[in-house]
Parts: sequence; structure tokens; C-alpha cells
Amino acid sequence: MVRLTIDGRKVAVNEGTTLMEAAEIAGTPVPSLCYWKGLNEIGACRVCVVEVEGVDHLVTACNNQAQEGMVVSTNSPRVRQARRSNLRLILSQHDCQCALCVRSGNCSLQKMAMEANLLYIPYPSDIRRGNWDRTSPLVRQESKCIKCMRCIQVCDKIQNLHIWDISGTGSRVSVDVSRNRTIREADCSFCGQCITHCPTGALRERDDTEDVLAALADPEITTVVQVAPAVRVAWAEQLGLDASTVSTKKMVGALKRLGFDYVFDTNFAADLTIMEEGSEFVERFTHRDQYQWPMFTSCCPGWVRFLKSNYPEFTDNLSTAKSPQQMFGAVAKTYFAQKIGVDPHKMKVISIMPCLAKKEEAALPPLRDACGDPDVDIVLTTREFVRMVRSDHIQMEYLEEADFDSPLGTSTGAGTVFGATGGVMDAALRSAYFLVTGKNPDADTFKAIRGLDREHWKEAEFTIPGAGVVRVAVVSSLGRTRKLMEAIRKGEVEYDFVEVMACPGGCAGGGGQPIQDGKELAEYRGDALWAIDKSMKVRFSHENQEVQTLYQDFLGQPCGHTAHHLLHTDHHAWEMPLAPALQKQ
Amino acid sequence: MSRLDIKTPDRAQMVVDQLYHDMERRIASSPPGLCPIDMARNFLNLCHAQTCGKCVPCRIGLGQLSTLMGKILEGRGKMEDLQVLEETARTIECTASCAIGYHAARLVLKGLEGFRDDYIEHIQNHRCLGNLENPVPCVALCPAGVDIPGYIALIHEGRCADAVRLIRKDNPFPTACAYICEHPCEARCRRNMLDDPLNIRGLKRYAVDNAGDVPQPPCAPPTGKTVAVIGGGPGGLSAAYYLALMGHSVTVYEQRKQLGGMLRYGIPSYRFPRELLDREIDSILSLGITVHTETHIGTDISFEQLHKQYDSVYIAIGAHTDKKTGIPGEDSRGVMSAVEMLRAIGDDDIADFTGKKVVVIGGGNVAMDVTRSAVRMGAEKVSCVYRRRQADMTALPEEAEGAIAEGAELLTLKAPARIEADEDGNAVALWVQPQMIGEVRSGRPAPKPADLPEERIPADIIIVAIGQGIETEAFESAGVPVHRGTIEALSDSTLPKKDMDGVFAGGDCVTGPASAIKAIAAGKVAAANIDEYLGFHHEITVDVDIPTPDLSNRPLHGRVNTTEREAGERKGDFVCIECGLTEQGAMEESSRCLRCDHFGYGIFKGGRKTKW
Repeated sequence: MVRLTIDGRKVAVNEGTTLMEAAEIAGTPVPSLCYWKGLNEIGACRVCVVEVEGVDHLVTACNNQAQEGMVVSTNSPRVRQARRSNLRLILSQHDCQCALCVRSGNCSLQKMAMEANLLYIPYPSDIRRGNWDRTSPLVRQESKCIKCMRCIQVCDKIQNLHIWDISGTGSRVSVDVSRNRTIREADCSFCGQCITHCPTGALRERDDTEDVLAALADPEITTVVQVAPAVRVAWAEQLGLDASTVSTKKMVGALKRLGFDYVFDTNFAADLTIMEEGSEFVERFTHRDQYQWPMFTSCCPGWVRFLKSNYPEFTDNLSTAKSPQQMFGAVAKTYFAQKIGVDPHKMKVISIMPCLAKKEEAALPPLRDACGDPDVDIVLTTREFVRMVRSDHIQMEYLEEADFDSPLGTSTGAGTVFGATGGVMDAALRSAYFLVTGKNPDADTFKAIRGLDREHWKEAEFTIPGAGVVRVAVVSSLGRTRKLMEAIRKGEVEYDFVEVMACPGGCAGGGGQPIQDGKELAEYRGDALWAIDKSMKVRFSHENQEVQTLYQDFLGQPCGHTAHHLLHTDHHAWEMPLAPALQKQ
Repeated sequence: MSRLDIKTPDRAQMVVDQLYHDMERRIASSPPGLCPIDMARNFLNLCHAQTCGKCVPCRIGLGQLSTLMGKILEGRGKMEDLQVLEETARTIECTASCAIGYHAARLVLKGLEGFRDDYIEHIQNHRCLGNLENPVPCVALCPAGVDIPGYIALIHEGRCADAVRLIRKDNPFPTACAYICEHPCEARCRRNMLDDPLNIRGLKRYAVDNAGDVPQPPCAPPTGKTVAVIGGGPGGLSAAYYLALMGHSVTVYEQRKQLGGMLRYGIPSYRFPRELLDREIDSILSLGITVHTETHIGTDISFEQLHKQYDSVYIAIGAHTDKKTGIPGEDSRGVMSAVEMLRAIGDDDIADFTGKKVVVIGGGNVAMDVTRSAVRMGAEKVSCVYRRRQADMTALPEEAEGAIAEGAELLTLKAPARIEADEDGNAVALWVQPQMIGEVRSGRPAPKPADLPEERIPADIIIVAIGQGIETEAFESAGVPVHRGTIEALSDSTLPKKDMDGVFAGGDCVTGPASAIKAIAAGKVAAANIDEYLGFHHEITVDVDIPTPDLSNRPLHGRVNTTEREAGERKGDFVCIECGLTEQGAMEESSRCLRCDHFGYGIFKGGRKTKW
């Protein structure tokens, strides 16, 4: 133990404890701006400085350790002055038009300026403007960037994709796409982790809510909205409520209040995905020598982008099944449009997704299988959805609960867990087992692959009677995915079926989810999804009655002709910029 | 009113003079990768501040150049601006009345030529090509990338053995480098901004002198792969060391009687004691490396045979042949090359120069080594003859000063013309043509003959130290690519030739004569790439935890230097002339380290590579 005095209080802390953690223990927490535990401990903003007796300069609390006998002051006159000065310097280069910012009310800089009671800045304003392709789903505003470097760190250390880097030198140092590329030239997965780690509004999603409002306002248009699994356990966070206690039914109620004609569930499409991907896997598994191994899941568009740019030689290993979002769009504009007698050209399919990459996916030219228009017209992130709820002043306490519409609103527990790492694999195995044996396994048979592994990936072997041993792996975050891909490439590991989700913890921790600065919420939200699964009466995708009806009335067999046309895709039909390492070759 | 006054600088001027010195040091510590336009513009602003304001081009023109460059830096520049910039700078260059103006314009013109790409990138893409890649200056400038802040922190805690282990992760020759490294790491030490750069080599010497016997780490399990290393110098042995650690079976082929290369056959023992060299080599060999000495490639065994017999071959033969002056009489008895003389000394065959007059031709470090060795071999008089001025010598200033202190004479601005011999063919004198310094050519003032008659310098022994060449014949005839006397290899040490698969080369034989640390770095690079070539990816790491930084290392404090034995005493023997730092000195010096691995950019990126 190390004993020290902080603001007159004696505390004993473990060796290696930072001054920031020690100050927290002593009851006088030190504010910080750039710091993110374990990810960004670089002391760049210099707002967390404290005074240490005997040291002539101020010391950053975030990345210096408590030492025996230290006498620390977190609010000495010198510290107060320095903190205020540094905050004012940051603000002098920050676009302080908070009223026009998506992060207003959820911005660390705004909060800290308010706490510091800063009423003016003595420096002239020096706001830099950058160039950015506003059609990209990822938007960067130079004028709001405080150069905390978190985006660089999360892309380097967690995603291992190195899209961001320092640009320029001296006073012109900023953050930009690495290697002097534009965002469209880069192999960015559009996972959006940089956004959820940004302390200000410098990084955000492209806002597509106005397109949605226009569709809602057009009497000629039938609006069909689908909501991804992970949205329901996160959306209420930013409305000041605990997501786990606010029901999915209230979310449906909010969407109905917003005026969507039909409110459906992507979970339905997730169950449909299992029917297709599970059947595809059984087909591949029983004709091993005709395919490249392992088979990879294809529901995460961030992962598909990563694979196509960094491991293009594995493109044929991807399941040809579309992502649930795209399956939904294709079914909505065919089966459902016919059912309700609406011209699919007059239907707008809107998705609420925890994801940025889904915006890009929906815009891909090949994904127009239903009627020639994009199968999915507009994709909103969870955050944009919340902003729409806010704009309409929908009050949670008065909000009525509602059920998803039929038929595309019916789902199972297996569809729900698509939003958490391990969920797709779990759901697929539950149904693959049934497809081979004709019997359901216990719904919790495949537990071993659930949850987040922070270092590597999860692997397991399951025996399906009649088919043999299936070797599976589950990974989330592109950094760990790269490790897995290298191991597969070198032949160090061999699997039959691999689930990949680009965001750590899966969609629950998606780049389109609500932001709580400094908190990683994927596990918490993921647990909520697994709890929903547990509470569902039906926990097998193949038992989704509406999905079965869809096959009987319209699609025919899983992987059959119609299903193949509408629910599968050619991953070679569009181009991804190659990773720099591959471009050199 | 007095008629005349004694000039005394006022207080402001004294402070400004101090600031000039501060800026000199600061510029010397500039990290690599800064935006050249931004730096050039700020230099230009400094020039503009120096203008007296009398003349138009300087008073207004320099300011307008700066404004244009600023516009380009802010991303508002157009391609036409480059032309305006160039025309204006040319006008200033040819119309400014004094050097304050025309020299400033030349700086801008140099930049327009030297980093035009950067200008264009700023104008067209509003971006900078420059970026900070490895921000810890000492580590970035060490060819082998040794973790310098790490081992200095360990030394400060008295953990010298751990310091040695940490150094060995990147450099298996900590002792050799502690004694003779040219320490490029010190050049841009950030401490230079405050007072003086750290004495990094001195601290390393303290570590190796006080570490005791530090056992080597265990090798990885045997891979069954074999590698032949040709040349047992610092480069070859470094490659052998890391390849052995990776589990490969390594055999070193050495032409001479003993291992060590230039560390033994080029560097006199008064700079690096032989017993320390032997101990370091033994430690490297303790990994289980097979050695064949006195084996000449081409005569004892052919290169083709090695290429066939081993899975991979590393050529690290160094640069061990001499270069001739080509003056008449060079074949006289008593004329020898520095290489020959130092090689003999390396094998303890020390000639007696008692009563002899020795003349050394050359101005580099090798010339100083033979000059100082000749003094120790009892010569009556040793003169070092050089074409240029002392300031132009490529030898380190302390080497030249050391030679002078030991009684040698530097005869500068003398170009060797011919060697006079007696009727028996013994050299008796060197005739030189006096020179004067002339115009600057390729950045260096060139000498030219002075209008003075030739001079005769009596000499019994003449030692030629004007550079070394590479013995490439045996390799060239076996198909190894050779270009202008050096073996051709790429930056990954591979050879740019298809049938040379598995053959790597590096060090002096590729670059021409350079330094030990560069050869060591080349050996490290080769080891990594040979390992990959053999189908492995062994990682070299060390489990030494680095102490957390001291928070109060900023008080100004002069650099603690190592000392030397008294010249009068040391010139009579080959015992080490340098005295290492005392414990007190090492503690104070190590406390000066600013820990750029933790403070500044280092904690964000590039601060520490824990494996390679």
C-alpha cells in the first residue's frame, strides 16, 4: 500500500494507483477531458493537473502514480487557475455554438466549462474548419475537435484499423484520416466506435432524420419501420431512464406516436436470417469439400467491410445470407407490400439501428432486390431515433405501451440475442441442431460462447448428433478479430463456423448507440438482451410462426429460389478500398 | 558629452543574447518530421525580425513571403502562389543590399526546391506530408532503437543488470557501445532545450561496468533451421545472437584469427579494452553459436556451398581493405595502411616505433586511431597530415584534441604529393603541397593548392588512413549483386536478385564504412527478416519493468561528463583512457533524463516498443 495525503485527507491506496484514482478514493475527484481509463491516459488536455508538494510544476493526475508520502492538492489556487486557463484555451478553438450541436447536454467540455463557472474567454476565438465528405455516414467537424486523441486510440488499440491519425505539425496539428486519405478512400469499417468515445460533437453520425420526417409527412408514402434488437435495451438511456426497466413496448409506443404506419421488429428478420444462414451452414457442413472454411457470419456490415478490405481472400467464406436489416427490407417491399396492396415504390423502409455501417450497407447498389429501389431506404442510429422522440416532446411517463405490428413484428428469444456477442452463433446452433436432428436442444446448450472475451475470442465444440462435432468461434471488436483472422490464416486454429461483430460486445456496444462518456456499456446492455431471451416463451428461430408462414405463403424453402433471390447476396458485387498493407503488394 | 564611450551591452541585449543561445540549442533538439514549410516560415520570420528596414526587398518582401507561406499553410493557397513566392524570393535574392535579405530569400528558394511536394500537398489537399513518427528523440535516432529512457531509469534505481538486459533486447553489444558508440542518440536529446544533452553513452558505460555478469536469456526451442553468418564483426554477431535466441542453428564464418571485426581490428584497445570485448563475445557465443575462424570465403569454402548447405545466409563482411592515395612512392618500404596496422595490433602484434618519425595521412577517426596508436608504440614524432582545416576533419573533435594532447601534431592544409624513398626503397619523407581553403562545394569548403612551394616532411613510417573498401570478389563471382564496390541489399537486407533467395546482407559491406551501432542495427533487421523468411515470427522481448518517472527532473543541471586519464600518463600504454562516471555522477546524470517515453508525445504513441 502507498500512503499519501490528498487535500488534507490521508489515504492508503494500492501500488500503481494513479493520482486520479487516489483522489476519487479521497473524495475529491479530479475532472478530466481526454482521459479514458485503459484507453487514453496521455495527459493531453492538462485539465486534470494537481499540485504535488515538492514538485515545481503541476502534475497530471490521470497518468502519474501515487507515491509514498505525497502531499497532493486538487484545488490549490495554482490548480484552479491552471484548470480554468487550459479550459479557456480549449474553448478558444472550439465552436461553442452548443445550441446547434448533437452533443449539447451530453458533452464533457460543455459540462466542465459549466462546472468551472467560465463566463468568458479572454482569448480571441480561433476556430478551424476542415473539409469533410458529408455523404459519409461518419461525420467529423474539425471546429469541435479538442484533440483528445481518443478516436485515434480506439481505432488503434481496440479496432486495430488505424483509420485516424495525427495530421499536420506544430500549431496545425489535428486529427484526420490517416495516410492523407479521405474517409471514402480509407478502409474504415464505419463501426462508429470513434463516435461513442468522442467527448464532444466532433464526431457524429450523418443525421438522416429529416429524410424520415419528409417520408412521414408524405401522405402517398407508407412508412415501415424496423428496430434492431440492441436498440430496445439502450434507447431510453439518453431520456434519463434505465434502459433495462423501460420496456420494448414503450419504444414501440414512441414509434407509433412518431407516426410510422407499421412498426416492425428486426428480430423477425433475425429469425429469418437463422433459417437461411442455419440452412446454409448445414448445407456447407454436410458438403465440406465444396466450400472454403470456416464459414463466417455476415450480419455485421462493419465486419463485412473489414473482411473485404483486410482479408479479401476470405470473401467466399462469408455466409451469403444478407444481414437481418436487408432481409427485412427485401421482405417488406415484396411479401408485405403485396399483402397490404401497396406499391413498393411508394413504401419507405426505415431502420433504427445501433450502427453506422448499416447506413452504408443500405446504400449499397446490389441491395435493391425487391423492386429496384433500395430495399432499406433510410437508416437511423439509436441516437437519431432518440432525437426524434425528444423533438416531439414525447413524455416517457405518459407514453402508452404498444405491440409490434403483425406479421413482421413477431420474434423469438433467438432473434433478440443477435444484438449481443455470441448471440448469432447461439441462435444459429439452436436451429442447426433442430434442422439436423429434428429435435430442439435445451435453449441454453450453447452458453459457453456468450459474453465478452476482452483478450481473444471464445471457442467451443458442440456435438450435433448425426452431423458430428461443430467447432465454433465468436469474436467481437476488430482488433481481436484481426488476431483471430491471423490465427486462421496461419492454420493455428481451425473452425467450422465463426461469428464476428465489429463492435466490442456486439451491437449492444454499437457505434450508433447512446453515448455516456467514459462508460463501456456493451456488457450491461448485452446482459439485458440475454435476460429478454430467457423470458421469452419461444426461444428458437425455427419456431417463429410468422417466419414459417412467410416460407409457406411466399418464400418456399430456406435457401430456395425465391429465398436465394431476396435473402442472399453476392459479396463480390461491390468494392471496398483495400487496407494500406494490401495496397502495397 | 564624452567624445568616445566604451560599449557595454544593456540588460535587454544581454537577455536577448542568452535567448539566441537558447534557440540554437532548441533548434538542435528539433524532432524529425516537422512541417518543413511551417519551420521555414518561422525561420523567415526570424530573418525578417533581423532586418534593419532600410531596403524595400528585405523590409517588405520578407514579410510578403511569410504571408504567402502562411496562406498556403492555412489551406488557402493556390498553385499560382508558388510562382509569386519564387519570383519574389528571386527578386529579394538579387536586389537585397546585404546578407540579411538575400540569405533569407535563399532559405525560401532552397525550400521551394527541396520540399516542393509539401507545398503542393498543402495547396491541393490542405494537408501536410510531415508527421511525427517516433517521438522519443534518443530512441528514434539510435539505429537499433534501444530503449534509452528505460535503461536510464533503471540505472537511476541502481538496477544495472536490468539495464543491460533491457539494452540486449535491441543490441547484444551493450559493453562495446558503452565504450565506443558514436552516440547519435544524444544529438537531439530534448534536455538540450534546457541545458545540455544527456550523457547517454557515459551512463551506459556506468551500467555495464557495474552490472556484473549478466547471464543471457534462454533460447527458443530449436527450429531445425540453419543459418550461416559470414563475418564475425558486430553486425554478423548481432544477427547470430538474435537468430540463436529465436532457436535457429547459427554458424559464423570469420576470416581472421579472432571474432570482433572492427571492434578488434579497427578500434585500439585504449578506447575499448580487449578483455571486455572478449567477455562480450563469449557471452553472445554462450547461446550456442558455432564459429569457424580463419575461414576465407572463396578459398576455404565457396559462397555457393554455404548457400546450398544452409537454409539462409547473412553476409556481414564489413569493409576491411585499404584505399590507396595513388601518389608516387606509395609502394616504398615503411608505407602501410591504417587497416594493416590496426589489424596487427588487434592480434597483439604491436610494432616498435621507438625513435621513428611517423606521418599519418587522413583526417577521420581512423587517422586519429593510428596517430594515437603510433604515439603509444614509441614513435619519436607523429604528424597527422590533412588536406583541409582541423574544423573540416570528419574525426570527432575530442579524438583530434586527444591526439594533440598526447603530443601528436596536426599538419592541416597539406595535400600529399609524393613519397620520397632512399636508394634501398625505404620511405624517408612525405612531400606535401600546401593548400588554402576555397569555395564551398556540396556543402563543404573545398581546399585548393596555395601559391606556395612543396614542403618536405621527414618520415620513417607513413600510414595511409583515407578510407576502407570491401572485399567483394568472392561474392561477386558467386553472383551476389555488387554496385560501386558495395554489396547491393534492400532496406530489409534481402538481395535484389531472384536466385539469391534466402541470402541477406547488411552493415559496412552494404553501406560502406559506418559505425558499430549501424552494423548492429543491420544485424537485428536481418535476424528479424531471416526469421520471417524461415517461416517463423519469433518475438524478442524482455521482462524488465521500467520504473515510473520522477516528477521533479526539471532543475537546470549541467551535463556530467566522463573524464580521461592524464595525457602524459596514458600516451605510454594501451590501457583504457576514459574513466567512467562515478556512482554520484551517474545518479545525478540519470536524474536529468526528461523521460520522453512518459512525458510529451511518447505516452501517446511510439513511447516504447516492448517487442520486435
